[in-house]
Amino acid sequence: MSTETVGYESDIKHDDEISRASRADTEVNFGFWIYLMSDVILFSMLFVAYLDLSWRTAGGPTSSELFELPLVFAETMALLISSLTFGLAMVAMHAGNRQRVMMWLGVTFGLGLCFISMELYEFNHLVAEGAGPQRSAFLSAFFALVGTHGLHVTAGLIWIAVMIGQIATKGLNAHVVSRMARLSLFWHFLDLVWIAVFSTVYLAGVMQ
Amino acid sequence: MSDHSSHSHTASTVHAPTTSAYLTGFVAALVLTIIPFALVALGWFSVGATLIIVAIAGAVQVVVHLRYFLHLDMGEEQRWNTISIAFSAVVMFVLVGGTIWLFYSLHARM
Repeated sequence: MSTETVGYESDIKHDDEISRASRADTEVNFGFWIYLMSDVILFSMLFVAYLDLSWRTAGGPTSSELFELPLVFAETMALLISSLTFGLAMVAMHAGNRQRVMMWLGVTFGLGLCFISMELYEFNHLVAEGAGPQRSAFLSAFFALVGTHGLHVTAGLIWIAVMIGQIATKGLNAHVVSRMARLSLFWHFLDLVWIAVFSTVYLAGVMQ
Repeated sequence: MSDHSSHSHTASTVHAPTTSAYLTGFVAALVLTIIPFALVALGWFSVGATLIIVAIAGAVQVVVHLRYFLHLDMGEEQRWNTISIAFSAVVMFVLVGGTIWLFYSLHARM
């Protein structure tokens, strides 16, 4: 139980230290998991607000007039593939291959950046069309929900960049490995929230 | 760091994820993404039927992500994570269900 998780941590020498580090890790990861659960509650309230307001368009454009499925599909693919590449970074980390971890994290960062760029393009496009958040209750709820997810992804991108820097300078030490476990949870969680976004906002929206 | 063959890796799927597990999850998630997008784009079924399929595919995909990407299982180490997600699901159900009910009732009266 105590030694299996930290075999690649060269800076920890003794078994009891390893055991303590591993236990502390489990606790910190659980704390982070609780944060994610509170984020679930946050997003579910944004979703429910959107569900109620989505047809209150105040005479403005409706969701089926605004949403473009090809763009949303491309966003979805970018995020889904980035989940896979992050997973491959975790596999490389457990194999102790520092270069490969940085390579896959770089790919994940690039895909996340693609996602955010497409989202910003969409937001910019909507605002230019006069369909900004102030146009109707539907659009306020849309920008609040999708924008909150976008801010989370942006935070994830900053975190990935910081981790690449830490791996480059510190190597795969105990702290870095521990932080990567939390970043992994965070990144996969954002993809999970996106499933709900593309299903309820976009797919249901274009059929309205 | 360079010589990883000497390190001990006793069985712990939670801490040592494999490429094949991630690929399995990815392919499953990919299929469960393409199905709803394709059905909405092609419009083969009625809106109601399509919405139901979108909801089912989404729910199954969430389970796939939890299992293959977030490594959630019923094992000893994951027990508290699983309990807290079950608790969150209850809270979510009360909040979402309750709010929809409340708004529905409100609109019906106005």
